[in-house]
Amino acid sequence: MTVLSFLAIDPLLEGDLLWTPLLIVLMKVLVVFVVGLVATMLMVWFERKAIAGMQNRIGPNKAGPFGLLQTLADGIKLFFKEDLLPEKADKFVFRLAPYLSFVPAFLAFAIIPLGGDFRDGNGGFVTWFGETTRVQLADPPVGVLFALAISSIAVYGIMLAGWSSGSKYPLLGSVRASAQMVSYEASLGLSLAAVILVCGTLSTSGIVDAQSSIGSWNLVATGIVPFLIFLVSATAELNRPPFDLVEAEQELVGGFNTEYSSIRFALFFLAEFMNTITMSAFIVTLFFGGPQPITIGDTTLDIPLVPNGLEGTVWLLLKVIVFLYIYVWFRGTLPRFRYDQLMDLGWKFLIPASLGWFMLLAAQRLADDRGWDQWIVVPLSLAVIIVAFMMMQLAFRASDRNREAEGVQF
Amino acid sequence: MGYLGGFLVTVRQHGKRNRVTTEYSGGRMFRRGKKESRDEKIEKPERLHGRHVLNRYEDGMEKCIGCELCAGVCPAKCIYVRGKDNDPANPTSPGERFGFVYEINYLRCIHCDMCVEACPTEAITETKLFEFSFTNRRDAIYTKSELLVDDSGKPQHLPWEDWRPGEDLHTSGWMRATSPSGDADFEGVVAWSGELGYGVRAAEAEQSERDRH
Repeated sequence: MTVLSFLAIDPLLEGDLLWTPLLIVLMKVLVVFVVGLVATMLMVWFERKAIAGMQNRIGPNKAGPFGLLQTLADGIKLFFKEDLLPEKADKFVFRLAPYLSFVPAFLAFAIIPLGGDFRDGNGGFVTWFGETTRVQLADPPVGVLFALAISSIAVYGIMLAGWSSGSKYPLLGSVRASAQMVSYEASLGLSLAAVILVCGTLSTSGIVDAQSSIGSWNLVATGIVPFLIFLVSATAELNRPPFDLVEAEQELVGGFNTEYSSIRFALFFLAEFMNTITMSAFIVTLFFGGPQPITIGDTTLDIPLVPNGLEGTVWLLLKVIVFLYIYVWFRGTLPRFRYDQLMDLGWKFLIPASLGWFMLLAAQRLADDRGWDQWIVVPLSLAVIIVAFMMMQLAFRASDRNREAEGVQF
Repeated sequence: MGYLGGFLVTVRQHGKRNRVTTEYSGGRMFRRGKKESRDEKIEKPERLHGRHVLNRYEDGMEKCIGCELCAGVCPAKCIYVRGKDNDPANPTSPGERFGFVYEINYLRCIHCDMCVEACPTEAITETKLFEFSFTNRRDAIYTKSELLVDDSGKPQHLPWEDWRPGEDLHTSGWMRATSPSGDADFEGVVAWSGELGYGVRAAEAEQSERDRH
């Protein structure tokens, strides 16, 4: 009893403690961590293979079957490399920074519903060893906010890495990174607000639960625009091409991680790919029903021979792979943005557009509550948004002209 | 399609059989007798600058006379030569002196072929062998024992080199890349020097003819 209370397992000293919930939580932590690592490894392989296919190359094919173990080989190599610490670096922050970017990448994964039975009003609960639980490490009531908060903390990792390197290019890279990530966080949050408005909950499992068929997927329910904005902002938030100005090789050598080598570099690398996976899973959770099976009308596509509890995981995996491919596709297709183009897209287009769409959804909901005619309210709001957008464009043009008159060039 | 057309271009490349990659694994697969396509060497350009060889005359004499012109002209300062007087009773080279020490540091060599052009006796030429393998800086220095050709004019097959049939062809012949007088229009009339064991290589096709391919 005293030992248990010492370990804070039973803070209310009620006794009657069952070890199963604790073991289940520990098991979940382990599974999420290991799955995260293995998924990252496979993601690196997948990206290299897929992009090689797009560029008429072969990609890794020597280590293991189809080159699957290439990432493992690279990881082992990085482990055994010399760990360099620049003389001008701020030693403590330099050592801390990789963890600041690596830990949030895994933390964010904790709130993604990884499976479970969402059919027939089961709400994603499964029963393991007589214990009813979700296939999700944690389901805080503010899950979505948690994800946003964690993704902002990841900025610190990159910013401090560049700053503490005591070198010019990493500093420039990290300044770019912080500006970019802070800017796109705004449109990310605003397009997320549309989802929260439609679902009426901040909990990720609640959001999944609300999307029981294709018609009620948030993709459709929020009218596609928030999804597109979210996808673009997420790409920018992840610093992936075409928004990878943070590590623009032609301008910045390697960007914020130029001075890093060995396992510290591996941590950054891991975090980057882990974030890609987490963000894909997050998009699937928010807009595509997460582990929900695909339901059109009344017919539910069922994967034969797989029990319902496990089927959710399979669906999630399939949906996530689609988005991982889309990220690779972006990288294989689009050239990198110029920095002012990036800022223009973020501030002058994505933020106003997501804000406008959020207002539209709010108006539509208000009309719904008050019993106003939807067919008048929605077109009217759309018209107002379009007029406002055009006026904003006029203002931008005027400011461009003024700048030109002043002789400012950019 | 506008902006989105590019996405179709990339996704269409999947599964196309127009890969430019040739799978070369340093001869590991080739030696095990695996399929040729898994360890394939592409045809090398006619003027490829690879590892050097020190040539011999038909009678087995070394061509190198230890004049150090190659060392002097080397822009990377990777050649070290020391000459020594020939023993009159048992000469190593037909001249007065011979290359007693001849070392090339392949960590420095940029394969510019200046040494080949500078050599008055065509003693040093470049082969098309390109496999270099060393795990320390000492091993990167090739000495006479690695560079000298055998009596039939063939370069030595070093243990780490992946030789395929025909690999040792065209090792001792050389040609001038530019005209002797610096004439920019000079083309199509260059010929290769004779090679021990192989005779004279056919002259390259004229520029206009090569451009047609």
